[in-house]
Amino acid sequence: MSPLTKTKKVKVDIKSETSTTKNNEVVYDTKDLNLWYGETHALKDVNLSIHEKEVTAIIGPSGCGKSTYIKTLNRMVELVPSVRTTGVITYKGKNILDKSLKVEDLRTHVGMVFQKPNPFPKSIYENIAYGPKIHGIRNKKVLDEIVEKSLRGASIWDEVKDRLNENAYGLSGGQQQRLCIARCLAIEPNVILMDEPTSALDPKSTLRIEELVQELKKEYSIIIVTHNMQQAARISDKTAFFLNGEVVEYDDTNNIFTNPEDSRTEDYISGRFG
Amino acid sequence: MKYIDDIKVQKRMNSRVLKNDIVKQLFLAATLFGLVVLAVLLIRVITEGAAWIDWNFLTGKLSTAAERAGIMGAILGTSWLMLIVVPVTLFIGVGTAIYLELYAKKGKFQSFIATNISNLAGVPSIVYGLLGLTIFVRAMDFGNVVMAGGLTLSLLVLPIVIVAAQEAIRAVPQHLSEASYGMGATKWQTVKNIVLPAALPGILTGSILALSRAIGETAPLTVLGIPALLIPFPEGLFDTFTALPMQIYYWTLDSSLVEEYAYLAAATIIVLLVLLFLLNSIAIFIRNKFQQRY
Repeated sequence: MSPLTKTKKVKVDIKSETSTTKNNEVVYDTKDLNLWYGETHALKDVNLSIHEKEVTAIIGPSGCGKSTYIKTLNRMVELVPSVRTTGVITYKGKNILDKSLKVEDLRTHVGMVFQKPNPFPKSIYENIAYGPKIHGIRNKKVLDEIVEKSLRGASIWDEVKDRLNENAYGLSGGQQQRLCIARCLAIEPNVILMDEPTSALDPKSTLRIEELVQELKKEYSIIIVTHNMQQAARISDKTAFFLNGEVVEYDDTNNIFTNPEDSRTEDYISGRFG
Repeated sequence: MKYIDDIKVQKRMNSRVLKNDIVKQLFLAATLFGLVVLAVLLIRVITEGAAWIDWNFLTGKLSTAAERAGIMGAILGTSWLMLIVVPVTLFIGVGTAIYLELYAKKGKFQSFIATNISNLAGVPSIVYGLLGLTIFVRAMDFGNVVMAGGLTLSLLVLPIVIVAAQEAIRAVPQHLSEASYGMGATKWQTVKNIVLPAALPGILTGSILALSRAIGETAPLTVLGIPALLIPFPEGLFDTFTALPMQIYYWTLDSSLVEEYAYLAAATIIVLLVLLFLLNSIAIFIRNKFQQRY
């Protein structure tokens, strides 16, 4: 299997600026995905097409499989032993569940931001340089440039530019999470997976991350799992509602929140359960 | 209606607080007991032995005459032993721990091995002496040389190092390695750059303990037939040797014949303790240097 080459197409599509994002290319296509943790059937016949340069929100109550799904997209789910999957997920046309695919290759194209800010116990600089370094970049000047570009991209550069060599644990929770986003940008991914990135943060830090997501979607496809329905409504273009491992409804965020087709979706977003 | 009756709570309050205080004193007493015994031991050893430590004692050859006896041979022997024990246990011990914790599939086989390693940590040291005698001295025909002693002591402390390293590796938060995997790092890159540096302080703490045990072990060395005689200083891995604990053992044995030997034994204990202290401070220095918070 040939490696997943990065195709950074600059699509000059005048229409996509004005008309909705419907015409964006599909980046992830999930067909009949089933997943088991041992005997537990965690994902049931999931079918989803995720589009480029959009924010796709995944909502649903605890234990509905939304985190499991997002972790399947970069195969982090395999860190749990006894996981079994069937079905197909294509990333840019290639089946990522194919055992011959190198997960390291996939994860170079698909970055991930986790629920709890998890910087390494290293300096701010080393945190960002970690990704490029493991992919073989040794040139100090190149690394410097990547570090600055990534930190600017995650709008944290101004706060940390004078303390790049200090330990990342000296940053506040919100700053740490933006550092983690910057660390993720440093591997120059196409897709960023965010697994409840603001659930451990205060409202102000949450707002900054949300603003950042709006910035980032110009260049990256973002898939975000969130517990917070207002957040999904605020920042996403499309929303998928998961319940008991199934996709109940998947549509433009506007439709989901104003005119849901399924009564269960309506019950959930109106706060009747969850 | 209220389930908690304020009056009854008040009644019991005093006895609860009292119990709390008593327990605190008990724990303090337990701590002091250990400290006092240690202090008595140290004072006794130092008062008996300190006067006997001089340049000649440290650098001289062994002698039956107490005033002329030196322990250079034993110091060298112990140093040679450590030269084998440290690299062998660190390499094999940490390697085993990494494999068991990070590579091996969690299952019956893995837990079987892990359980047995813990059991091995509890096997009496004299049994390891017999093992070393059978394998290294006889079957491999090394004789009672540094190599045989070092490998025997390595086997003895290996389980301690493995268990300590396993625990240190397990204590590294999962979310750190997840972050590394999430960026496309391989397992080895994650182990090398994230897991090992974070686990290093714990691994070193365990190794200090193991090393302290190895350096003071006497029983397995007696079984191997390590002498404390007038023998040439060991110059390599296949020379016969003696070690500090052997020296202490034989001098204590013979103190019924020559009274001064008891003082020589005490003096040797001091040297052994200082050596141990030096080794430990190196390890603690490295540990503090790499200590990270997360």
